[in-house]
Amino acid sequence: MSKTYFDETHCAIGHPKSTFMQWMLTIDHKRIGIMYAAVMFVFFFVAVFTAFAMRLELFAPGGQYMDGDTFNQAFTLHGVIMIFLFIIPGIPAIFGNIVMPLMIGAKDVSFPRLNWFTFWLYIAGCCIALASLFIGEGVADTGWTFYAPYSMNTGTNVIMALVAAFVLGFASILTGLNFLVTIHRLRAPGMTFFKMPLFVWGIYATAWIQLLATPVVGITLVLAILEKYFGIGIFDPAKGGDPVLFQHLFWIYSHPAVYLMILPAFGIMSEIIPTFSRKEVFGYRTIALSSASIAGIGYLVWGHHLYTSGMSDIAKTVFSFLTFFVAIPTGVKFYDWVATMYQGKIVLSTPMIWALGTIITFAIGGITGITITMIGMDVHLQDTYYTVAHFHYAILGGVVFLMFAGMHYWFPLITGKMYNETKAKIAFYLNFIGFNLLWFPMFIAGYYGMPRRYFDYLPEFQIYHQISFIGAVIFITGLIYMFWVFFKGWTKGEPTTPNPWHATTLEWHLPTSPPPLDNHSKVPYVDFDPYEYKHGEPVVKFNYETMQRID
Amino acid sequence: MGHEYVPEIAIDRDGNQHEVQGWQGDFYGGKLGFWLFMLTEVMMFGAMFLALAYYNTLHPQDFLDASASLNRLLGGTNTVILLVSALTMGLGLLRMRAGDVKGAKLMIWATIILAVAFLVIKGFEWTAEYHHGIFLMHDKLLPESSLPFGQKLFFGLYFSMTGLHGFHIIIGIGLMLWLLKRINAGKVSPEHHILHWNIALYWDIVHLIWVFVFPYYYMIGAGGATGGH
Repeated sequence: MSKTYFDETHCAIGHPKSTFMQWMLTIDHKRIGIMYAAVMFVFFFVAVFTAFAMRLELFAPGGQYMDGDTFNQAFTLHGVIMIFLFIIPGIPAIFGNIVMPLMIGAKDVSFPRLNWFTFWLYIAGCCIALASLFIGEGVADTGWTFYAPYSMNTGTNVIMALVAAFVLGFASILTGLNFLVTIHRLRAPGMTFFKMPLFVWGIYATAWIQLLATPVVGITLVLAILEKYFGIGIFDPAKGGDPVLFQHLFWIYSHPAVYLMILPAFGIMSEIIPTFSRKEVFGYRTIALSSASIAGIGYLVWGHHLYTSGMSDIAKTVFSFLTFFVAIPTGVKFYDWVATMYQGKIVLSTPMIWALGTIITFAIGGITGITITMIGMDVHLQDTYYTVAHFHYAILGGVVFLMFAGMHYWFPLITGKMYNETKAKIAFYLNFIGFNLLWFPMFIAGYYGMPRRYFDYLPEFQIYHQISFIGAVIFITGLIYMFWVFFKGWTKGEPTTPNPWHATTLEWHLPTSPPPLDNHSKVPYVDFDPYEYKHGEPVVKFNYETMQRID
Repeated sequence: MGHEYVPEIAIDRDGNQHEVQGWQGDFYGGKLGFWLFMLTEVMMFGAMFLALAYYNTLHPQDFLDASASLNRLLGGTNTVILLVSALTMGLGLLRMRAGDVKGAKLMIWATIILAVAFLVIKGFEWTAEYHHGIFLMHDKLLPESSLPFGQKLFFGLYFSMTGLHGFHIIIGIGLMLWLLKRINAGKVSPEHHILHWNIALYWDIVHLIWVFVFPYYYMIGAGGATGGH
């Protein structure tokens, strides 16, 4: 029995004896991915419970448990943690690290020590964000967008939050850079770009956005910091500055960031659908290229956040058109997935039902996005619960659900154990029902005019908030249950074979499960497509000693 | 560290051998990575140039007036210094590739001296501006001063961008000192000079950004009646 990556590791500095220090200093991409996951899900639950506290406050009209200022801080904390600490870095940092190198047959990422440094940079950013809770006048109350000029004038600890976001942005840039070089340099011999698994395509497109968009928001945050400390006046109207410029610069990054969240999630979907349909993916090239085009077009649509901020009508029309345009490659992906399932031998394992659930929730999120792409509708629905619901359907019902799907899918690969299928499915249904109960009423409330970010409301909106509250309870129960199932699976689950799903991509062709330290015992020559099935069985088979094909 | 790379061979169906690229000692990968990182620098300064261009179109006359008050002589001298330093840095890399480690070190030292000279001149400039009442959180740049909006924005961006650029110079000096240390320790050599290559690239970007900063700030007001001080 050869040793797995749990037994041994490479370290950035020396090779300490203690297991703890080995984890802290590890440069193995798989361990770093696991550490990201551990930290991120702690923050995820912090943000979930902040959100739950807000739901509790909104159960009835009037103030019950917190005043308006606290509520402002609560939604800012929720937003900052969820966006900057969890969703943006999430899938690339966790699955990009753990499985992307395995998928392309690399021994590690191109710069393993940089990867280690990036992880600790991320931790530093988290610490600064947490410190802003306790230092000065408390956590920022600006919302996660830090709009000027309010963020310049509020007494809360905006600077710390900006610095944290900047540091986390830096970590994101370095992750993207590392992945780009890895994908360009370390693919196994014979693996051309159009032989890469689709998740790698998603990560590749994402990495370009991380690299090109993040510096813009970085410098915007620096300008905001300079403005607050040194009064340079770029965004402050009192000195001739333009607050709308802040919004432009902010959204030049933050809108592509939405694609930065969703593209790797779509990548996970593109892995799961063919595997559990036991069929070659339909339109491989169109899925791959649509990732690239979403990343490209995603750059040009930031203006749709500014319909109500003051922009010329021509600019609004152009941005509206371009925003509609993004729907095309997204639609192509969805049709390809559905076409892949057509006449496939569909296996309804847990990853698959998460993926199928996501097709529903993300479709609702996407279609409601199209309604608010229209300028007239957007003016009516801007800053209402409609937008809140749209955002959560797209990001939670799209990105996070697919992240959960990926967690189920790659769980046997990472841990070498299997979770309990029945319990995992129960967790899915709890989550799915709770999720829809929680956010669907918000579309209606928002349409009738319930504004977002208010801690109080008129009695006519109470029924929607109460249904949402019930949904929230079910949803959180489902989340906790799901993680409990994972925990049980990891500690007490059945040991599994390296390829329990009959998948075809390289990460499933490993000699042992969990993978050995140096990944593939031997790197294969890739002269096959990533998803080749015949009669519901994988075509490509290897002799794991020589990594030569035996089919 | 024990990560020495033994090239691995993958064999295809016809029995042909293909060398597997490892991450260890990947010169081309290191170069690519640093080029990409420099791309982020360009995006970062690009956003500031965007803000500059935007306010320039809003307040063209204020920008010309403010630009006219900058010291073009010192700014121009600095431009020349930085261009020469890019030359010395490049020559150093050529020396290194040609196997002349001593000459390479000499050229790096020359670059460091030029970089320090740049900072000293920049310091004189900022001090002079301070004495004219133009500085962050000071006198004419305070919200209540009567300086036109356009000029306040110009100087706000001027201090931000030249400050950030100066910060990059300081980082560059640090990197070059570290490079010298690595050369002395034998970790950077004519056979293994990716670090030297990348720092030379960094220095190129730093001077390239200045080549854009200089005309945008110092030159646009050169035709004005007020002249430099």
